[in-house]
Amino acid sequence: MIAGPSRTVRSLILLAPLLVFLIGFFIWPLFSMMSQSVSDTAVLRLLPRSAVVLPVWDRKSPPTVSMQTALMEDLKAVDDDQALGDMVRRLNSARSGFRTLISKTTSALGNTANPPADLVSIDKRWEKPEFWLAIADALSPLTDRNLLAAVDLGRNAAGDIEHLPADQSVNRVILVRTFWIAALVTFFCACIGFPYAMIAASLDGWKRDLMLAAVLLPLWTSLLVRTAAWFILLQEQGLINDLLRWIGVIDAPLPLIFNRTGVIIAMTHVLLPFMVLPIYSVLITIPKNLMPAAASLGAHPLRAFLRVLLPLSLRGVASGSLLVFISAIGYYITPALIGGPGDQMISSIIAFYATGSANWGMAGALGVVLLVATLLLYSVYARLSAEEPGRR
Amino acid sequence: MPEFIRFDRITKFYGPLCVVENLDLGIVKGEFVSLLGPSGSGKTTLLMMLAGFEQPTSGNILLEGTAINAVPTHKRDMGVVFQSYALFPHMSVGENVAFPLQMRGVGKAEIEKRVARALDMVQLSALAERRPSQLSGGQQQRVALSRALVFEPRVVLMDEPLGALDKQLREQMQLDIRDLHRRLGLTIVFVTHDQSEALTMSDRVAVFNKGKIEQIGTPRQVYDEPATRFVAEFIGETNLVEGVVEAVEGAEANVRLTSGAQIVSAVSGTVAPGQTVYLSIRPERVDLTEIRGDARNCLETEVTDSVYQGDHLRVQLQNAAYPLIAKLGRRSREFPPGTKVYAAFSAGDCRVIAP
Repeated sequence: MIAGPSRTVRSLILLAPLLVFLIGFFIWPLFSMMSQSVSDTAVLRLLPRSAVVLPVWDRKSPPTVSMQTALMEDLKAVDDDQALGDMVRRLNSARSGFRTLISKTTSALGNTANPPADLVSIDKRWEKPEFWLAIADALSPLTDRNLLAAVDLGRNAAGDIEHLPADQSVNRVILVRTFWIAALVTFFCACIGFPYAMIAASLDGWKRDLMLAAVLLPLWTSLLVRTAAWFILLQEQGLINDLLRWIGVIDAPLPLIFNRTGVIIAMTHVLLPFMVLPIYSVLITIPKNLMPAAASLGAHPLRAFLRVLLPLSLRGVASGSLLVFISAIGYYITPALIGGPGDQMISSIIAFYATGSANWGMAGALGVVLLVATLLLYSVYARLSAEEPGRR
Repeated sequence: MPEFIRFDRITKFYGPLCVVENLDLGIVKGEFVSLLGPSGSGKTTLLMMLAGFEQPTSGNILLEGTAINAVPTHKRDMGVVFQSYALFPHMSVGENVAFPLQMRGVGKAEIEKRVARALDMVQLSALAERRPSQLSGGQQQRVALSRALVFEPRVVLMDEPLGALDKQLREQMQLDIRDLHRRLGLTIVFVTHDQSEALTMSDRVAVFNKGKIEQIGTPRQVYDEPATRFVAEFIGETNLVEGVVEAVEGAEANVRLTSGAQIVSAVSGTVAPGQTVYLSIRPERVDLTEIRGDARNCLETEVTDSVYQGDHLRVQLQNAAYPLIAKLGRRSREFPPGTKVYAAFSAGDCRVIAP
């Protein structure tokens, strides 16, 4: 009884490094990514006084004096150009025209020799409620616009959700493309991986070791190196085209790189171990005598395979497919190096938002979409595998 | 009776290793034949060749006069029961038993009827919906049995089917299988390394050693009239004593032991005077008396140990030259160590075996 609590403490201390690691490198980044996607403080940060006044406005009538004064005070107080730029970009995306309006206003406010009486005297546009509406909406610290934009949706002036115009609707196409490429890669991995695992499981000794090593070896090689290797193989003057031409199968080089074919070939190869290993691990647990038993009961080898071996190994195929699919939808390097512009997947868009345009909100939102899709898939898989009773 | 199955000069090599050597064996319809031998004696290999899982290196397997070497397993129509049951884990008990019928394209209603009957036969009707993993070992083996019988195969092959069961269950199953064999008129080839199992169940026992059949005969024959030293030692317990044949008279021989004692013994093979032979004396045929009685064979011995084993008394004796063992009925009196006794047995209770 005395040992009880101290034991708990001791085990907690032993677990502490793991917990710290999990929180620091897994939970915290995930949480901050998700919060980035819904946080929207670019405007609120700079306009604290307006944030007090604007909520009492009726959203229809022309701006009151107190609103204009508050905004003027806020804009005068801004001394950070980068933050101002962020705010302008944010407002401009909600309503075009803000860029010129704000720059005109700030320069007018900066003119200390002849201070303007109110905002309307600087620019007539400040009379229109639409601009104030945009500011009022942008003042909320939480937003769904990133999440909506990630699936090509947006809010109109009335606040209803609607499709974005076609010239801004690229995410959905890329999301569909991502899932399609991942599905194709999963399919090809299953087609190659299942027979491969079956042969490996039926062998023993050095032959089995060799086959497994052939699968595992690429896993120990850098992904970048493997992709670069495919880059060399698939080129127009690459090994594959040269070989095919040398044999005489083709006259002109096949277009294997910078297109979908190349992406799928390279991704299938890179992800194959994740298909082979789960299937293999299920196959070796299937008793060796089931197929002879099926044969003795009158089953043709093909029927025995369909009725006995295939259903028993489906669990491995399902977990392998899940692993491959989930890895594939997050792929970045391979499509970027081997694919053409029409083969970029969602990760490259995330990378663009994160590193290219510093739009962490959109990057986070697309990440959340990817995460939700993955979780949905996993729950479907978990449901399916739970529905098979009687399995060990 | 015409032969149903014939192994015709079967030889099987695994690489350089010869596991079955020039083997001949005939089995008639409705017979229960056990292939008995230690592991590695070739008995399982022979069964696997009959089932079609293995191909003989040379020789033919005939079924009703036709060679079936080239017939694939799934067309041989033989029910196989494996030691590890080999039930399909993803199917229910009922689906397992229905499997061979489905493979034969039997109609749905007919399948249902026959599955019910086959499960009833092994008293498992109530468990048809269960998965094999939810059954005990004995129940699983009964499912395997009913699955191997449901399609009325021409031959039932059993590869140590009771090896994984505990002793009590095994003995019950032995009687059950024997009963099914009689009731259904099945032809059964049964592989085992357990001699008492083979004796209990079989019409005939083929004793295997090093890829060859040492002896084939009824349980009584292989036990009472072992043809070779291997058979005498492998089946049951025996006292083996070396001696030289002095004379042969009909089915009896006079043998002089190295201790000088004379033994009159039954002979199964052919032996000639002057030949060195072994005598096999079953321990339970030996009587112990304190005075030399009128038995034909009487050896002077001394008790070295005696152990009460419930159903019998096991007495270890030391003759001038050989240790002997006697198993006495439970009504026998005790023999304390050191007692001088005579080990007595008739000519029919011992056997001359040519080495």
